[in-house]
Amino acid sequence: MSTTVANQKASAGKVAAQEVLGLTGNEAAAEALKQVNPDVAAVFPITPQTELMHKFAEYVANGAVDTELINVESEHSAMSATVGASAAGARAVTATSANGLALMWEIVAIASSLRLPIVMPVVNRAISGPLNIHCDHSDTMGCRDLGWIQLYSEDSQEAYDNMIQAFRIAENKSVMLPVMVTFDGFIISHTMERVEIISDDKIVRNFVGEYQPENYLLNAQHPVTYGPLDLPDWLFEHKRQEIQGFLNAPEVIKQVGREYGEISGRSYDLLEKYRMDDAEVAVVALGSTAGTAKAAVEELRAEGVKAGLVKIRCFRPFPGKEICAALAKCKAVSVMDRCISFGLEGGPVFNEIRGAAYGAGLKVPMVSHIYGIGGRDINVTQIRGVFEELKKLASGGKIEAVESYVGLRE
Amino acid sequence: MALNLKKLSHKPEMLAPGHRACSGCTAPFLIRLALKMVDDDEKLVTSIATGCMEVVTTIYPFSAWRCSNIHSAFENSAATCSGAEAAYRVLSKRGKVKEKFKFLAMGGDGGTYDIGFQSLSGAMERGHEMLYICYDNEGYMNTGIQRSSATPKGAETNTSFAGSAKPGKEQHRKDLTACLVAHDIPYVAQASVHNIRDLGDKIYKGLHCGGPAFLNVLAPCHRGWRIGVDQGVEYARLAVETNFWPLFEVEKGAYKINYKPKTQLPITDWIKGQGRFKHLFNDKNKHIVDELQAETDRKWKSLLRREAEALEDAKAAAPASA
Repeated sequence: MSTTVANQKASAGKVAAQEVLGLTGNEAAAEALKQVNPDVAAVFPITPQTELMHKFAEYVANGAVDTELINVESEHSAMSATVGASAAGARAVTATSANGLALMWEIVAIASSLRLPIVMPVVNRAISGPLNIHCDHSDTMGCRDLGWIQLYSEDSQEAYDNMIQAFRIAENKSVMLPVMVTFDGFIISHTMERVEIISDDKIVRNFVGEYQPENYLLNAQHPVTYGPLDLPDWLFEHKRQEIQGFLNAPEVIKQVGREYGEISGRSYDLLEKYRMDDAEVAVVALGSTAGTAKAAVEELRAEGVKAGLVKIRCFRPFPGKEICAALAKCKAVSVMDRCISFGLEGGPVFNEIRGAAYGAGLKVPMVSHIYGIGGRDINVTQIRGVFEELKKLASGGKIEAVESYVGLRE
Repeated sequence: MALNLKKLSHKPEMLAPGHRACSGCTAPFLIRLALKMVDDDEKLVTSIATGCMEVVTTIYPFSAWRCSNIHSAFENSAATCSGAEAAYRVLSKRGKVKEKFKFLAMGGDGGTYDIGFQSLSGAMERGHEMLYICYDNEGYMNTGIQRSSATPKGAETNTSFAGSAKPGKEQHRKDLTACLVAHDIPYVAQASVHNIRDLGDKIYKGLHCGGPAFLNVLAPCHRGWRIGVDQGVEYARLAVETNFWPLFEVEKGAYKINYKPKTQLPITDWIKGQGRFKHLFNDKNKHIVDELQAETDRKWKSLLRREAEALEDAKAAAPASA
């Protein structure tokens, strides 16, 4: 096969025994949390994240973990307590979706500015309103500039794998940034899939390692002040340090992805190039839609169309150069956004890629397809329709509309 | 524990001098005292809400805190502290923290009565072993003197002006202490910055009651109250002598009034020198003064009844004497 698939099996000799289970995305993420056994988890229920924390609360009740579980009274307090715990020197987690993320917004930004390596699964759901509990990416895309690393998952397997890697990435001394692991609400969170988990918890714990905080509130010898007033004479410098964490992160994410491959047989990169070596028409997607797009690509390939997919796993830091390199030989590209950027032509991922393309000198015709808002289904036929448009552009067709919608009644 | 002032004076200062509070501010004194109310083998982690005391004690790269302190945001001092306390429990259990720690969360009345009310309620309900101290100066002073739900009726602030159409704040203050009593936590008390012994005892008790505790401390702001720079403590005293701010504590539900004025002073003795109330002294607004007096008396009587109930209960529970 000429395609480059990131999830290649590593050399069989080193790979730890895997157990094959049928798990939903929520269960898979909870399983990862169980194996890591964090110090503190502060949680508040919100659909579709609830099942994740039900499962974890069950682990707490049964003694499978000895994590201190704080059942807070809101997501705002969930993130606040997680910040307090992390600053105190604990490995701390929380989990949320959509409006919960919106409610904790203020503290989401504070967590990253205090350089606290918190890990938070976010089960993607449309931000209200009106109320909708189903998947789109308006929640995590909306906080893309709040200083968190964002890893998107294609399926339950990746939700599990990303969760484990997230701790290593966040806690790396050259990074020290919180990490969001996202997976699509219901589509992944509530769908049972085949998931391989590392059988031995110890191997996971060994991989993640002991958390060794440097400056923390519970250090009796060296008390610290967290979150001082930071005025115009210093805030910029502190933000520059945060930028450095993001500049250092890609190598760390890749390294952790390789090392994870050694114990699991599933290695990870910033993005996955699927059938891209000779692709003439390509879509860029993230989350579960990447899986649907792969099916479309396979069908088209069978028909002789040189179709490919770039799946973004790591959206923050944004791998613009890598994406543009992957798209360099294409004749037409669609970036598929499960999110609207109101008042801007094209979705957020599209605009970031188009921006990166300018810097990379990539002049491929590029369009934005908005789809899947509020949990609207996206299927193989629809993605094939996107490729049909790309084929026209690739053979000299004009871009009629930069932004268009898939699966919308107009 | 009866406060030993001599012993206290030998304890190290945990809030360094050089902080930027206004001269005459009563809140730094409260913090200095609070930070001394741990035993010698205990360390302290503090959290503070956005507000005067946060901005005057920390301006990067300086910090006046000689114990650990975290400031996250305005409304989440309690939730933040609860996370640190949970971290302590688990890290102690896992053998990673060996020392004994106590947890103290703080906020002004804006950060406690209003925007931080939910966070406080949640932390208290969950049973974290921590003391929350509200330094109540009856308004949003850090942002420039706006009304909070702790502002007394009739007081003029920059969002409740006294004008031809309005007589200052139109509502009585919220009884936050009562709200916290309703949480059925081990220890709730009211104190004032003018009575050091009472205040120190209550802080110590709150930190050592084995569960969540809440202490509401009247800490006048001379800027917001429009009184002299040197009058903060005196106006705290007058608030107590008029029964506007009674000193009491509620241990496991039982009320105890810690100070009863020999002769209750009229409410006018407390409000007359404060610029924020000066518009009340004309015929048009006299009814507001009367209302303040009536409300003060009503609350005091209610407190006396609750104390009497507690005494009855204690009597009933005590073994019959021979």
